[in-house]
Amino acid sequence: MLVFDALLAGALIWLAWQATHTPGLFRSVISFIVFGLLMALAWVRLEAPDIALAEAAIGAGATGALLLSALGRLAVTHEAGTPWQERPDLYFWIPAGAALLGLLTLAAWALPTPGLGDDVRRVLPDSGVANPVTAVLLNIRAFDTLLEIGVLLLATIAIWSLGRMPMPSAPAVRSPALTALGRVLFPMFVLVSAYLLWRGSHAPGGAFPAGAVVGAGGILSILAGAQPWLTGGVRGPWRILLSLGFATMLAVAWGVMALGQPFFAYPPGLAGLIVLVLELAAGLSIAMSLVALYLAGQPPDHWGPEAARR
Amino acid sequence: MIYLVLAGVLFVIGLHGLFVARHLLRKILSLNVLSAAVFLFLVALARQAEPLDSVPHAIVLTGIVVSVSTTAVALALLVRLSRPRGNNAAPAGKESR
Repeated sequence: MLVFDALLAGALIWLAWQATHTPGLFRSVISFIVFGLLMALAWVRLEAPDIALAEAAIGAGATGALLLSALGRLAVTHEAGTPWQERPDLYFWIPAGAALLGLLTLAAWALPTPGLGDDVRRVLPDSGVANPVTAVLLNIRAFDTLLEIGVLLLATIAIWSLGRMPMPSAPAVRSPALTALGRVLFPMFVLVSAYLLWRGSHAPGGAFPAGAVVGAGGILSILAGAQPWLTGGVRGPWRILLSLGFATMLAVAWGVMALGQPFFAYPPGLAGLIVLVLELAAGLSIAMSLVALYLAGQPPDHWGPEAARR
Repeated sequence: MIYLVLAGVLFVIGLHGLFVARHLLRKILSLNVLSAAVFLFLVALARQAEPLDSVPHAIVLTGIVVSVSTTAVALALLVRLSRPRGNNAAPAGKESR
C-alpha cells in the first residue's frame, strides 16, 4: 500500500502544480477537478470516508461546475506572458519562506496527538446517532455547523446582492440527449441523496453529501434547460429553503433552552429525532445554496423566455 | 506519514501560487490547493491518534463547505470584474425594483 500512497501523493503534487503554475486556464481548471477527485481517494486512504463523500460531491463536483461556468463567462481568458510574475526579491522570500515552513513543521511536531476519540466514543450512546462524525457535526459541535450553514447563507446573500444572474443559464445549442438524461437522472439524484441522509445516522453519509448530490442534480437540470418552479422573488420559496437550515438550527438551539437545557444541549430522549430534523433542514439548505452559488446572481422572479430577454 | 509530507508540499505550492500568480482565477485555484493542504494535515494528524479521532473529520467537513462558499463568491466577483462596464447581463435600470 506504500507504493499506492506514494503514487497518489506524486499525482496530487503534479496536478496541484498543473493547476497553479502551468499556462492555459482551461487546463488548470481541469487539473484542479482531477485533483479534487484524487483527494477523495486520499481521504479514503486516511480512513475518513465521510470527507471522501463530501469531497467527491462538493470539492470536485460543485467546485468544478462553478469553475467551468466562471471560465466560460470570463471576458478575457488568455494570459499575457508567463502565468506567474517575475519577482526580483526572490533572495529575500525563499529563505523567509523556508524559515516559516520550518517553524510551522516544528510547531506541528510539538502538537499533542489529537486524543478526543475516547471522549467522543463515551458520549456516542447519548448523542442519538451511531456515526461519530454525524454526532460531532450535529450534536456535540452543532454550534460549528450552525456557523457553517450561516457562512453558506451569507455567501448566497453576497452573490444575490451582485445583481441578476447572467443569462442565459443553459447552453445556447442544447443537446436533446441532455434534456432526456436530465429528466431520467434527477429522480436518481433525489433517491441517492435520501439514502445518504438516512445512512448518515449510522454510517458515513449525512446531510452534507446528501445536500451536495441534490444540488448537483439541480445544476444538471438547469444545464439541461429546465425552468424550476423555484423563483428568486421576494416571497419566493427559494428564500425560505435557503434559510431553512439556519433557522431550524437556531430554533432548536433556543428551543432546548425552554426545556431547561443549556444552549444546543439536546434532551436525552429526543436527541435522535432532533438530529434527523436538523439533517433534513441542513441538507435542503445546502442543496439550494449550491444551486444558487452556481447561478452566480439572483434568479429571476419568473423563469421563462421573457427572463432570458431581459 | 507520507500524507503529512504531501500536505507540506501542497501548502508550499498553494502559497507560492497565491502570491505570484498573474490571473485571479489562478489565485483562486491556489487558495483551494492551500486549503486542501490544511485539511490533509488535520486528517493525517487525526489518523495517528488511537482510537480514530472524529472531531478533525467533522471540522474538515465544515471547512470543505466553507471553502466552496468562498470560492463561489470569489468567482462571482471575478466574473463581474472581468466584464466591461455597461455590458452586464442585467441592465442597471432594472436593478432597483
